[in-house]
Amino acid sequence: MSKKIIAICDYGMGNLHSAASALEHVCADDQQVVVTSDAQVIASAERILFPGVGAVRDCMQEVKRLGFDQLVKSQIDAGKPVLGICVGMQLLLTHSEENSGVDCLNLVPGHVRFFGNDFTDEHGAKLKVPHMGWNNVFHSQDHALWKNIKNGQRFYFVHSYCVQLDNSAQELGSTEYGVKFSAGLCQNNLAAVQFHPEKSHDAGLQLLRNFCQWQP
Amino acid sequence: MPLAKRIIPCLDVDNGRVVKGVQFVDIRDAGDPVEVAKGYNQAGADEITFLDITATHEGRDTTLHTVEKIAAEVFIPLTVGGGIRTSQDIRNMLNAGADKVAINSAAVFNPDFVAEASAKFGAQCIVVAIDAKQVAQGDNPRWEIFTHGGRKPTGIDALEWAEKMVAYGAGEILLTSMDRDGTKNGFDLALTRAMTDRIPVPLIASGGVGNLQHLADGVLQGGADAVLAASIFHFGEYSVAEAKAFMAEQNIEMRL
Repeated sequence: MSKKIIAICDYGMGNLHSAASALEHVCADDQQVVVTSDAQVIASAERILFPGVGAVRDCMQEVKRLGFDQLVKSQIDAGKPVLGICVGMQLLLTHSEENSGVDCLNLVPGHVRFFGNDFTDEHGAKLKVPHMGWNNVFHSQDHALWKNIKNGQRFYFVHSYCVQLDNSAQELGSTEYGVKFSAGLCQNNLAAVQFHPEKSHDAGLQLLRNFCQWQP
Repeated sequence: MPLAKRIIPCLDVDNGRVVKGVQFVDIRDAGDPVEVAKGYNQAGADEITFLDITATHEGRDTTLHTVEKIAAEVFIPLTVGGGIRTSQDIRNMLNAGADKVAINSAAVFNPDFVAEASAKFGAQCIVVAIDAKQVAQGDNPRWEIFTHGGRKPTGIDALEWAEKMVAYGAGEILLTSMDRDGTKNGFDLALTRAMTDRIPVPLIASGGVGNLQHLADGVLQGGADAVLAASIFHFGEYSVAEAKAFMAEQNIEMRL
């Protein structure tokens, strides 16, 4: 019997090895992880991971060049579970401030904003950008992706821009770093996280395991 | 502030073997970097830094395989430094599974390399490693950067250099005090504080850790965002968990 494919969309941005090995570590026996840029493979997949690393403009250019914008949208419309990670989350939104402003896929209404220069916390203490390291993620709603993950669990982040959703009902989780921002979003069979589950030790693996089992 | 300070054990690897020795318990082969990295991953390390001190081409290929093996089993961030000179070196390391690369001497010889690397791979994976030595004491202390493992002076002011590297696209600075490295007398706190106050990106303090108070001081007095240590963990003097508990007791935000 052929295995159900979990496709990791490869559009040339960054290292997908970590995400692939983490998913392989937690997926079911009848699931197979494939890193691919092949539209047919992605279209035949059971579920899809949409990663992203680096600058939004470069990511958007490659996504469009490879036709991944239409492809990903059609897969979401088909009802498949799709998980965006890091810049893969930011790309789903309406617009990003990065690179002097970039229009994104507009699949989820909201904006991606810069943390800021001379960024400080509520006590006036300097905050470094990028936001790099392990921070608490609070559940904004019950969700299958949070199964067996405690509210406030730390995950590994590395990013200089953060997501502000137009519709707070679509927030999966939130984190605070000078400002409160969306650490995750969900919209039916689409979900995304700003942090890196593949780099977040046991809790990250649990989230990926939950994604492998998610039946939206 | 909820963002946790990080503890980063550092492995010096030569030809695919951890050198300087690692002697903590429950590891079958203390010289195998994969086993050592797995041990630190289990112990709660927040990241792992892997310093490749291999001089030969064959050794570099071995390093890539080692990074691949670690990345397949260790699901926390992995930084690889040592001998990163070209974009191809960076691409190879990232493809092997490294999350960040640390650039040291190559940045000094060709600062534009940092700018190119950051533009190509993103600032989030470009760490600039700075080896600094104090060259003036007193009211106006001054530190200069050294290359070749601290043997060659450059005449470049360390604080100005750090600022320049951030402007060129470094996403993080790994600061090693050559005066303190290996002494177990603690970080150079004045240097650490002076640099972290000058740069907007995270700073990892390195060099001189001999006990847990040194780690805490690096954060509390030095203002470091992360602390790197090798021997105190390698020889089992302290576990990562003990270090975290100790730091948390001093009201440092930690991932416990």
